[in-house]
Amino acid sequence: MATTEKYVGTPVLRKEDPEFLTGQARYTDDLTVAGMLWMTVVRSPFAHARIKAVDASKALAMPGVVAAFSGQDFEWAGPLLMAWPVTADINNPPHWPLAKDKARYQGDGVAVVVAESRAAAIDAAEAVSVDYEALPAVTDSDAALADGAPIVHDEFGTNRSYTWKLTNGDVDKVFAEAPVVVKQRNVIRRLIPNAIEPRSIVVQPTPATGQFTMWSSTQIPHVLRTGMALATGIAESKLRIIAPRVGGGFGSKLQVYPEEALALELARRLGRPIKWTETRTEGYLATHHGRDQIQDMEIAADRDGKIRGYRARIRANMGAYLRIIAPGTPILGAFLFCGCYGGEAYETEFVGVFTNTTPVDAYRGAGRPESAYAIEHMMDALAREVGKDPVEIRRMNFLPPFDEPTPSIGGLTLDSGNYPATLDQALELVGYEDARKEQQARREQGERRQIGIGFSTYLENCGWGPSKIIGNVLKYAGGGWEAATIRCHPTGKVVVVTGTTPHGQGGQTTIAQLVGDELGIPFEDIEVLFGDTDIAPAGWDTYGSRGNAVGMPAVHRAAQKIIEKGRKIAAHELEVAESDIEFKDGTFSVRGAPDVTRTIASLAFSSWTGHNLPDGLEPGLEASAFFDPENLVFPFGAHICVVEVDTETGEVEVTKYVAVDDVGTIINPQIVDGQVMGGVVQGIAEALAEEAIYDERGNLITSSMTQYLVPAATEVPSMIVGRHETPSTTNELGVKGVGETGTIASPPAVINAVVDALSHLGVTDVERPATPERVWRAIREAKGGAA
Amino acid sequence: MTHVSVTVNGEPREADVEPRTLLVYFLRETLGLTGTNVGCDTSSCGSCTVLLDGVSVKSCTLLAAQADGREVKTIEAMATDGQMHPLQEAFHRNHGLQCGYCTPGMIMAADSYLRENPNPTEEQVRASLEGNLCRCTGYQNIVKSILDAAQHMSGARA
Repeated sequence: MATTEKYVGTPVLRKEDPEFLTGQARYTDDLTVAGMLWMTVVRSPFAHARIKAVDASKALAMPGVVAAFSGQDFEWAGPLLMAWPVTADINNPPHWPLAKDKARYQGDGVAVVVAESRAAAIDAAEAVSVDYEALPAVTDSDAALADGAPIVHDEFGTNRSYTWKLTNGDVDKVFAEAPVVVKQRNVIRRLIPNAIEPRSIVVQPTPATGQFTMWSSTQIPHVLRTGMALATGIAESKLRIIAPRVGGGFGSKLQVYPEEALALELARRLGRPIKWTETRTEGYLATHHGRDQIQDMEIAADRDGKIRGYRARIRANMGAYLRIIAPGTPILGAFLFCGCYGGEAYETEFVGVFTNTTPVDAYRGAGRPESAYAIEHMMDALAREVGKDPVEIRRMNFLPPFDEPTPSIGGLTLDSGNYPATLDQALELVGYEDARKEQQARREQGERRQIGIGFSTYLENCGWGPSKIIGNVLKYAGGGWEAATIRCHPTGKVVVVTGTTPHGQGGQTTIAQLVGDELGIPFEDIEVLFGDTDIAPAGWDTYGSRGNAVGMPAVHRAAQKIIEKGRKIAAHELEVAESDIEFKDGTFSVRGAPDVTRTIASLAFSSWTGHNLPDGLEPGLEASAFFDPENLVFPFGAHICVVEVDTETGEVEVTKYVAVDDVGTIINPQIVDGQVMGGVVQGIAEALAEEAIYDERGNLITSSMTQYLVPAATEVPSMIVGRHETPSTTNELGVKGVGETGTIASPPAVINAVVDALSHLGVTDVERPATPERVWRAIREAKGGAA
Repeated sequence: MTHVSVTVNGEPREADVEPRTLLVYFLRETLGLTGTNVGCDTSSCGSCTVLLDGVSVKSCTLLAAQADGREVKTIEAMATDGQMHPLQEAFHRNHGLQCGYCTPGMIMAADSYLRENPNPTEEQVRASLEGNLCRCTGYQNIVKSILDAAQHMSGARA
C-alpha cells in the first residue's frame, strides 16, 4: 500500500539503532572463523633506523606459533596504494606493508608473527629479535626542510615531497599596494583520530578456488578491494571485502593499511584464516594521524577592512610515507583560504614534507579545518587591525546571497550561499549584545575571569567530484561518482543498495526516508544494504561528507528509473497512454480518473510474474543509477563561541556555543544536528586540548589514551544548534554534506574567543591548542613578563 | 589454567581460562557475548563497561578470575522479553548513538548510575560519564538520553 506520509525533512528515528542498543551489532573483532590464526606486527621502537637483521627463531620455537616473516620475506605485486599524486614531479616512495631496509617512524612494521591464539601471537612478537642501527630523526616540517636535516628517503636527497601552487589575480601587486597587510603564523597541530573501535581485520581464504573474503573495520571496502589487488596481485574478482558494522572512522579508516595487505597475503601463504586487531596504543602509532600544518597566512585590505587579497604558504607534514590521499588532503582546503569573502587576488602554496613520524592523512574535515582556521582566525585579527567589530568586518566582506552558481576568488564555482542569514541567526541565538555588555563590565571591573566571544563564518567544500575535474585537473586517481540500486521485491518490500559505506552517519535511515517518499513505500518496508563488495559491487564509499551529497542523488536517480518503468506497466495495465498516467505519493493514477490506480508495490508483483507486461519490456522492477556530480557542494554557516578565561591560571571554559549550519536541503534534522554536535566537540577539543607530541628523537610522547586528551562529557559544553536551508544547485535534491562542518567551523571560533577574552590585556594570539599553560604564557608575555 | 564460574546475565557459566584472561575477553571470546566492546588498553574509554554485582566496572580492568562467584550483567541482558530497557529506548529516541561502539558501555554505566541517583542533573550525568568516551555524538544527546530515561523510569515507579 502506498503511503502519503512524508519522511524527508522529519526526525525519523534511526533504523540502525536497535542492533547497537542491544549488543547485537557485529563489528570485525566480534567475528570468529573456524581455524583462524592471529597475526601480530613487530614494530620499530625507533623513529629512524637501519634494519640490520631480523631473527625470529626464538619466536618460532614458542608454543602455538605458526609462522614469522620479516619485510625481506615478501615480494609484493605493488606498493600500498597512493591515489593522489598532486604534481607531476612528486617524490613518492614505494610503501611496502613491512619495512625492508629502514624503519622510518616509530611503529613502522618490521616483522609479522602468526600464532594459534591472540596471546601466543603477542608473546611471540616480543621474542622476535631485530638488530637496529638507530639514525637521527626529524619530526617537524620546517626542520625537515632545513639544510642538513636527516633525510627520510635517501633516494630523493630532500624531504620535500611536492610543491603545489595556485594563483588567481595579480597577488604581488595587490599586496604591494594595499594599505593594510596582516600576517599570522598558525601551527595546526598533529591529531590522533581516535575512532572508538580499534581497527580489526579477518581474512578467510578458500584455497581451492583462490577466493578470499576480508572483513575489515574500514570506511572504504571498494577502494580497499582495488588496493589489495594492486598490492597482492590477487584479482579483484576473487576478492570480497566486507566492512561490517564499523565503530567510527573520521577519516582514519579511509586507508589501505599495511596490516590489510599482510593479513591477506598470509591467508594466501598459509591457507588459513587470519585475524588481527590493533590495541589502542598500537593504533596510536599505526593508524594514520591528521592535520599537522605550518601556515603563513597573509591578507591585504583597504584601511576600512575591505579585503583585497589572500596569500598562504603551507608546509604539510606527510609523515614517513605518502598514504592513500595524503598529498591531496591539504589541497582539499586550497581553494578556501578566502572563506566566504571577496577580493581581487589569491595565492596558496603547499609544500608536502617527509618526516620520521606516523603517516598523516585525512581526519574529519581533511584540509578544510586548516583553511577555515587560517581565514577565520585572520578575520578577527583584521578586525582588530582596522578597529572594527568581528561581525562588521565579516558583513562588509561577505559575498552577497546567491542561489545560482557563483565564482569565488579562490577559483571555485560556489553552488549557493547566504552568509549574512546564518550569521544573523547565530547572533540572535547567542544574545550578542548582552554578551558584549557582560564582557565590558568584567573588563572594567578587572575581574579574574574574563569573557571572550569568537566567530567563525566558515565555508567548506565537499561531495568530491566531478570525476573529470578531480581526475584531469587535480590528478586524483579515483572517481567522484556514486552508485545505487533499488530492488522491489514481489511483495512490495524494497531493498536499496548504496555504494557508500555509512559507519555512524545514519545512511540506512536517510536513504530509506528518501526512497520511502519517492516510491511511496513505508519506511519499515525498506532495507538499505552497503559495505560489502559482493552486495554493492560499485561505489566510492563514505568520507569527505559525500554520503549525502553524492550518494543520495544516485539513490534518487535509481528511484526515478523505477518510476519510469512503473509508469509503462501502469499504463499498460490500465489500458491508457503513458502520457495519461500521473504519479504522486507512490501512486500511479489515470489523469481525470484518480480512483483508477496502481502502486509501486502492486507493479512490483506484476513485473515479477511477467504475465501482463507491455511487449518488449523486461520483467522485474529493479534499477541502478550512477551519479557523477557536476560540481562540489559548499556548506557554510556561523559558529559563535563564548568562553570564560581564568586570567590567573589560563584555564578556558566554553560557556556558550552556537552553531548555525546551512547544509542545503535537510533529510533528517535530528541526524544533521547529531553530526554538527559531534563535529563541534571534536573541534573544541582540537582547539583546547588535543595534540600529538613527538620528542626530538621521534618518540610519540602522547602514545596512549592516558596522554592524548580525547574529551570526556565533563570537558565539553552543551550547545545550541540552529539550522538554515539554502538548496544546493549541484544536484536535483538540493543536498550538501554535514559530516565535517563541526570540525571545520569550531577551532577558529574557540581560539578567536580566547584571544578576544584577553585582547584588552594586549594578547594578540594564542597557540593551539590553547592549554592553560599556553594561555597563561600568552598573558604573561603580553604583560611584558618573562614567559 | 584457572577455573572460573560466574553468573552471567542470570545464567551460571564456567570455564577454565588462562590466569591472565581479562573479564572482557572471557565474556567476548569464551562466552561469545560480543556486545561488550574493547576500545582501548588503558582503562580509559569505558567501551567494556558491564555490571558486576549490580555496579558498573570496566571489564578490561578485571581478570576473569576476579569475577569468580559473582554476578555479571552485560548489554545483551538489558532488553527483557523483547522489550527494550528505558535507557535503550531513550538512546533511540534522542539519537544518543551514531557508530554505536561506545553505546553498550554508556548504557551499562548509566544503568548503574541511575540506580545510585535516579533523578540526576545534567551536570551530574556528565560527571557520571567521565570514564566513558564517545567520539561521535559530542555527548549532548547521550546526556539528553540518560536524563530522558531517568524521567521515564521515575514516572514508571511513581
